Amino acid sequence: MFQYIEKLGATTIYYLRDIGRMGLFLLQSFAGVFSHPFRFRETIRQIKEIGSSSLGLIAFTGAFTGMVLGLQGYYTLSKFGSEGALGSAVALSLIRELGPVLTALMVVGRAGSAMCAEIGIMRNSEQLDALECMAIDPFRYLITPKFLATLISVPILTQFFNLIGIAGGYLAGVVLLGVNPGAYTSGIEQSVVNLDINLGIVKSFVFALLIVWICAGRGYFVHLIRGAGFGAEGVSRVTTQAVVYSSISVLLWDYLITAVML
Amino acid sequence: MSRPIIEFIDVVKAFGTQRILDHVSVGFPEGKTTVIAGGSGQGKSVSLKLILGLIKPESGQILIEGQDIASMKRRQLNTIRTNFGVLFQGSALLDSITVFENVALPLRERRSLSRQEVHRRVEEMLDQFDLSGHGEKYPAQLSGGMKKRVGLSRALMLQPKIMLFDEPTTGLDPEISMEIYRLFFKTQKKFGYTSIIVSHDIPKVFNLADQVIILKDGKMIVFDSPEEIQFSVNPEIQSFVETTMGQVYISQDIEKLS
Repeated sequence: MFQYIEKLGATTIYYLRDIGRMGLFLLQSFAGVFSHPFRFRETIRQIKEIGSSSLGLIAFTGAFTGMVLGLQGYYTLSKFGSEGALGSAVALSLIRELGPVLTALMVVGRAGSAMCAEIGIMRNSEQLDALECMAIDPFRYLITPKFLATLISVPILTQFFNLIGIAGGYLAGVVLLGVNPGAYTSGIEQSVVNLDINLGIVKSFVFALLIVWICAGRGYFVHLIRGAGFGAEGVSRVTTQAVVYSSISVLLWDYLITAVML
Repeated sequence: MSRPIIEFIDVVKAFGTQRILDHVSVGFPEGKTTVIAGGSGQGKSVSLKLILGLIKPESGQILIEGQDIASMKRRQLNTIRTNFGVLFQGSALLDSITVFENVALPLRERRSLSRQEVHRRVEEMLDQFDLSGHGEKYPAQLSGGMKKRVGLSRALMLQPKIMLFDEPTTGLDPEISMEIYRLFFKTQKKFGYTSIIVSHDIPKVFNLADQVIILKDGKMIVFDSPEEIQFSVNPEIQSFVETTMGQVYISQDIEKLS
């Protein structure tokens, strides 16, 4: 009986500590922006790494998502004789929902996992300890540029995804299935309002924060995560964990933000 | 012995229920070499991390030049840390930047120097450690011995008062180990730093020591000279001497090293 209580207590303390650590990690990451000297070049390099290098993947995903929406939307709307509403259906689905969520999931898979593994390996090979011993703040030097780069890149990638997706919907709906092009574009113009765009932007910022916080944080604390193991195996387990947690958080917060902003 | 530059006062460090250091009080004399020895899991690396402020003790004080680092904020700690140079077990070179950038890192981050001056000092340091021409290589392209030399040159870049060596010769073949010890002698003579060496490489490493600390069951047993260990009446120390040093203490390597 007492064993169970002890285990429960130990687990509770572990998770409370973990939450506290992650909370402080977030604060220190933002505080790094104000530490001197700010690493501008490294931030630009990270934007290239997280943002520019993901453009191809985002374009590919966006194009096919838009094309599928075009196809599915056409067959559903044609049952009610409302093919003209295809443009607004594709645009609203992408801008409000699919654009931010799918972009975030792609960034988790491509950049988030790499970020977690890189920081985890640096922790295991004492590179982070070496920085601290040289009196170099690892947040300013390493974490903050990744935070800023992700916060800048993900919203831009999301808008890029939306544009390509709408074009994909046009290709499938107008070029392949013969929907009136004027109806497609004017449908978008008439149905998309500022609230839809704002909702998409807010979501993409929140998702970016969740991705970089969870992925960088898990990597940074790889040595403190219970049951992760040690060495390469520990890093691989924590990376998997970071990808799963980030993806779940994105979906959970997607619902919460939609519920609040609608 | 000269006055201690580092002091542990009644330090307790535990991980879970296991006490690694149990009310330890010890001083590390300035300008001298202290070797910390002991079996695996006895707290050798933990002692180094405590000195560096990477971990905090449960209780007690750790004084660096009279200032207690156990209760310091990060900013104060960073000021103290500029006095330290550390050679890590695995060298801990940043693997995404070149050898040159690794060695230049402390200068770029902690000193306001012109680009030309940084370049001059780094080239000079690389030359001292026979690393000229390797500046553009990445750590993954270097041998174990070269990584140690890069690590040592990076650690010495800010001319530290205290050098900490965590298993400096682990994983190196005997010839490279001797080279590292030679570099140790050369650089200590030049820079005059206080050094603390954690090592399994016994008895070789004892030849470098002015003071030896043996960690056993959470306690630090201090010997003012390596010779003193041989004549200890403590049965645990006798057993340690027999298992690690054999019957003969004086190594032929002394002459080579000195």
